[in-house]
Amino acid sequence: MTTLATDSPSGAATPPADATPAIEARDVHVRLGASPVLRGVDLTVRRGEVVALLGANGSGKSTLVRTLVGVLPASAGDVRLFGHPLGNGVPWGRVGYVPQRVSAAAGVPSTAAEVVSSGLLHGRRLTLPRGWRSRVRDALDLVGLADRARYATHQLSGGQQQRVLIARALVRDPELLVLDEPVAGVDRPSQEAFAATMTRLVADGMTVLVVLHELGELAPLVQRCVVLRHGRVVHDGAPPTPRQEHGDDAHEHVHPHEHSRTLQRAEDLRLADGPFETRPESTEDEVAP
Amino acid sequence: MSGLWEMVTDPFMQRALVAALLVGLSAPVVGTYLVQKRLALLGDGIGHVALTGVALGWLVGAAMGLVPDDVLAIPGAVVAAVAGSVLIEVVRRRGRTSGDLALAILFYGGIAGGVLLIGLAGGSSGSLMAYLFGSISSVTLSDVWVTVVLCGLILLVGLGLRAALFSVSHDEEFAISSGLPVWFLNMAVAVLAALTVTVAMRVVGLLLVSALMIVPVAIGQLVTRSFRRTMLVASIVGVTVCVTGLSITYWHNVSPGALIVVLAIAVYAVVAALHPLLARRRPPADPHPDIPDDVAVSATAGRGAAQEECTP
Repeated sequence: MTTLATDSPSGAATPPADATPAIEARDVHVRLGASPVLRGVDLTVRRGEVVALLGANGSGKSTLVRTLVGVLPASAGDVRLFGHPLGNGVPWGRVGYVPQRVSAAAGVPSTAAEVVSSGLLHGRRLTLPRGWRSRVRDALDLVGLADRARYATHQLSGGQQQRVLIARALVRDPELLVLDEPVAGVDRPSQEAFAATMTRLVADGMTVLVVLHELGELAPLVQRCVVLRHGRVVHDGAPPTPRQEHGDDAHEHVHPHEHSRTLQRAEDLRLADGPFETRPESTEDEVAP
Repeated sequence: MSGLWEMVTDPFMQRALVAALLVGLSAPVVGTYLVQKRLALLGDGIGHVALTGVALGWLVGAAMGLVPDDVLAIPGAVVAAVAGSVLIEVVRRRGRTSGDLALAILFYGGIAGGVLLIGLAGGSSGSLMAYLFGSISSVTLSDVWVTVVLCGLILLVGLGLRAALFSVSHDEEFAISSGLPVWFLNMAVAVLAALTVTVAMRVVGLLLVSALMIVPVAIGQLVTRSFRRTMLVASIVGVTVCVTGLSITYWHNVSPGALIVVLAIAVYAVVAALHPLLARRRPPADPHPDIPDDVAVSATAGRGAAQEECTP
């Protein structure tokens, strides 16, 4: 366990609420099998920030977010959520995680409402709280699927399934939302519905860490981009400029989740050798919801 | 009609019917979680291991000179089944690639060990068959009480913790990211499966235990689209086939365990055959009416032309 010196004294009595970052990862190393996937990643997400995590396939984006929410163990390093090291001390009810959609149908059918209701369980809460039905309905309403509550999830389109997973994370009223490629291979209406939902949540002060292949519809919301390459952070700052031919408005990124396409997409971010081309620091224009 | 009354008032049948009803009710509850976790064959594995437990209980009972020498068979089965299910769960967590092989070895070891040990304890092949294929007609009053207590426990945990068990069975990764005690919940499912195997052992036998957990769930998921209803339908089917199958054996001399399983599979076959007919009743409409078309295809163009006219 490596704990680097930080501004806030670690281990001291609870620091002021707003000072503690929502996510604080220091020198995180992760191995999957024998191969190191993350090699000393530092990442801080402050309250109310919207951070995009970019990078090619295999750069370790998903591994990083899965480590941050405790799914994968870090072989070295220190991860804190709201100032608490990963484990039972973390206020899990304040964290909402949206995993990558798994398309394989589960063995037993389950309705959208059932899947969303499982988001109400966290930490040591093993039974549904009072009034769970209306909370589930509200969460489905938030992603525009109120009329699909009683549908089996396998009857829904891919984009709708993804929105169910987002509703599952939102139903517990989290302060931090961690999303792993929420718009990969998702149909257009679902992408727009997703962007609209995110705009509303961010306006209400939601902290967001989102793994993306491209900023797309979320570009106006994203305040900071972290780019991973080969398991290291190679850029942390303003959104990098995409290559011209892909960056103009007329270029529609409608693509399935394919290797060849996503590898190419990594090239879109001009990060190769020279200094990063970053946009002017006028974040105010870009943040406006 | 009088025959039915005779059956219901027969004390042997009363005990057997209570056991069959409880097992038919609780086995599909656990089975629903197993199918959801894609561990449909776990019950088979535990059943094999439980046979060794039966034999060990028998051996110990015979060595201690207890009066019916198989009085410890059921406690032995409970211990071995719980130990086996915990071991399987540990193996499953440790490594996913070698888990398959380790489980297979556990299965074969369980059944081979059981057969060997029962022989050593002086058991006959008849007593072995009773455990492998059920012996519900020989259910004693104390067996009924054990069944009532264990089934009560299974239903209490299986239904009481339904939301949490659903969460961990449906998406284990999300459950971990919610800080749920995933290890404890997985163990709970494994132990529930082990207890179900031991109570169902008397009704359908160790080799057919898993069928009672899985086949009703297969029927349930054909006709419903929710987890809760699948579990409900599976339990109703479970109770129906267990009680019906057992009742038939009151008049016809066939193996109750085998008959119950065959009945369940027959129900599955009928429902599966009727399912497309029922589904066809719905009007043939656009399955996704609220999703706009992503490419414009001219209405008059034929199939070949349409491909060229997609808007870029």
